[in-house]
Amino acid sequence: MNITYKLPSEEKVLMSGNEAVARAVWESGVRVACAYPGTPSTEILENLATYDDIHAHWSVNEKTSLEVAIGASIAGSRAFCCMKHVGVNVAADALMSLTLSGVRGGLVIAVADDVGFSSSQNEQDTRYWGRFAHLPVFEPSDSQEAHDMIKDAFSLSEKYATPVIVRMTTRICHVKGLVQLGERLKPDGKKFERDPAHWVMIPAHARERQKHQFERDDQLALLSEETSWNPVIEGNDKTIGFVASGPAFMHVREAFPDAPILKLGFSHPVPVEKIRDFGETVDNLLVVEETEPLVENTLKAAGIRCHGKDILPRCGELQPHIISSGVDVLLNGAKAGEAEKVPSVFPRPPSMCVGCPHLPPFYCLSKLTKKATIVGDIGCYTLGAGHPWRALDTTISMGASMGMALGMDLGRVEADKNKAIISVIGDSTFLHMGMQGLLEINYNHGNVTVLLLDNSTTGMTGGQDHAGTGRDIYGAATPKVDFLKLCEALGVNPERIHTVDPYEMPSLYKLIKQEIAQPETSVIITNKPCVLIDQFERKPAFRVIDENCSGCANCLKVGCPAINVTRRETEIRKSGSPFERAWVTIDTAACTGCDLCRQTCVYDAIVVDQAGV
Amino acid sequence: MNGNETGTVNILVCGVGGQGVMTAAEILAQTAISLGFDVKKTEVSGMSQRGGVVKSHVRFGEKVMSPSIPSGEADILLGFEPAEAMRAIGQLRPAGVALINTRRIVPPIVSFGIYEYPDDPVDEIRKTGCRIHTFDAGKIAQDLGQMRLGNSVMLGAVADHLPFEAKYLRKQLVLQFEARKPELVALNEQAFEAGRQAASASTFKLQSA
Repeated sequence: MNITYKLPSEEKVLMSGNEAVARAVWESGVRVACAYPGTPSTEILENLATYDDIHAHWSVNEKTSLEVAIGASIAGSRAFCCMKHVGVNVAADALMSLTLSGVRGGLVIAVADDVGFSSSQNEQDTRYWGRFAHLPVFEPSDSQEAHDMIKDAFSLSEKYATPVIVRMTTRICHVKGLVQLGERLKPDGKKFERDPAHWVMIPAHARERQKHQFERDDQLALLSEETSWNPVIEGNDKTIGFVASGPAFMHVREAFPDAPILKLGFSHPVPVEKIRDFGETVDNLLVVEETEPLVENTLKAAGIRCHGKDILPRCGELQPHIISSGVDVLLNGAKAGEAEKVPSVFPRPPSMCVGCPHLPPFYCLSKLTKKATIVGDIGCYTLGAGHPWRALDTTISMGASMGMALGMDLGRVEADKNKAIISVIGDSTFLHMGMQGLLEINYNHGNVTVLLLDNSTTGMTGGQDHAGTGRDIYGAATPKVDFLKLCEALGVNPERIHTVDPYEMPSLYKLIKQEIAQPETSVIITNKPCVLIDQFERKPAFRVIDENCSGCANCLKVGCPAINVTRRETEIRKSGSPFERAWVTIDTAACTGCDLCRQTCVYDAIVVDQAGV
Repeated sequence: MNGNETGTVNILVCGVGGQGVMTAAEILAQTAISLGFDVKKTEVSGMSQRGGVVKSHVRFGEKVMSPSIPSGEADILLGFEPAEAMRAIGQLRPAGVALINTRRIVPPIVSFGIYEYPDDPVDEIRKTGCRIHTFDAGKIAQDLGQMRLGNSVMLGAVADHLPFEAKYLRKQLVLQFEARKPELVALNEQAFEAGRQAASASTFKLQSA
């Protein structure tokens, strides 16, 4: 990661979109910036924490993050928050009223859409929020634009007293390009003056504020027609005129260098009249946008003939060749091009890490799938749905495992009356949105066995601190949530709350079995750190004694990537059923010495590698 | 290695999370910047720390538009793992050059017996008719004493196939280590040179130091 604040202005630096946004937030004189980590937005705040004259922090969730930014803005400072696309769903309650009250200090929300599902449960298009909440939306198409738009977004936010959305996608956040840096504005602002009619959103006030919102809509629509962020790029080949935003603009330029393009940098409100005029100058108008046909539908509603999702994919990332084959369909009536030929190679899905503290709970749960319904959540442990554990029955959204588990308990049919309900949730997710669900379980007499996998970090996004780690974004000590006491405070019977070392697998298994047999809610908290954070301690590695290995393959069921198969044989049992034997070796360089595989080996074939001790 | 008609040079670096694919791509990008090119670099790295596929696109030229290398237009494929190189080979142009580490990383999904690792991924790549250099970067790194040197071996391997002299890439590699781990500069230079040799000779023997 670049430490970008030390770089002088006027310098051109290779930066990711996320780094460029962080730099621009700092240059804009922002006083407060916060976020909950979420791919692909996480690095924005990580980067901002390297700037020493701005307050940055990890929020508990996206809603609190936006609320902090709103407060800072009303207090008179420029404020910033960012989130991944699904985070806006969490923040939406605040957002939908903020649009009425408006802002004092500039308030910019950067939202990163995971187009192509690289690490998310859905692919929703954040630009809808601009329409829903009557907010201006910027869409950068590279790092330089991300930088420059953030700065303009703050000016616009203050000029029109509106929050502004800067909508990014993975292909902006994680692409590096050269960025011309600028100077930092000194944080400024006027003291807060009491004005309840403006800031207290009771119906009488909100009704008045709504008028301002509609006036603002009209002003922003005019601005969109005029802004230099929506330029027409001339081209000689008038067969197709493109309307494109975000990374799609770059793909169009790449594939059709001679075509005229109306580039939408300020994409909501849509500059309808400008596009209408542009459309008159070309034979066909084609809207290229990721992912939903928002601009296309706006144009069609305004009576402008255009193409879009009739010939381009409705989901996933666009690429130059995808746009070219769409155009081929449009001009030559060709059928949609065949899918790219990819050689047949095994998939390489993400897996849990070597020695991960989530391995033992999932090993145990994989033995219980007939006895229990297992309700999962969002985090590394969602990988427990995969091989070899296949130990999750559901995952919907952040924190949902709690409420859903109660629903599974209450909604069960007669045939499932003896099945236990287990929910699995991580520490950061529990604090983000899970704990309210646990309160709901206890308040409503639910019977759920909660596995709270506390690995002392926000793992999936790369290891960020949270309120349960005792460290803030800068690594400074903060009050650390005591999960045991928290669960007790939320109504769990103290006798039913257990903290365990997950690496002691037989005890963990016994405990889970004991608790699912109880007639009330239990919480089992595992307490070993993620292997990717500093607190993790490696132990001497293990190795396999080849002569002792029977090929029983029990150890493979742990799911540790350090265990490799050396040979396989199918054996026919006396009963006639086939049994797959697999002899293994341990990658001692990767092994963390967690001991899990040894615990599954009844042939004493796994021992400490003395060579490494 | 001439690049395409628009003068943009396309390098596709692929491998597995944790191998240093993104770092290698970053050093290639920084080298191109130091020579005055416009550069874009992008990754597909879904959960890269979790052993997934990592693919990094490095593009440089006078002015780069799309960050993604158009399908079939990579000039160079730098493959950190043979099956991953095989997966990506369709993105290499017919006259392109593939530099491939033959050291395999077998994923859990293969260990569990659900999928098979291809018998000979390098042979599959060779069948496409591209120019190909193969070497065991893992062995070279181990012989030099550290598995982590594999990344510098890979950079050395690509160094003589770029539209600029190898010394510029080497200089950027040195700068990277001087800033963070100066004690490792000499060793990484050695790894770089070993990689250069490995990619120019079909059979590579480490020179005794």
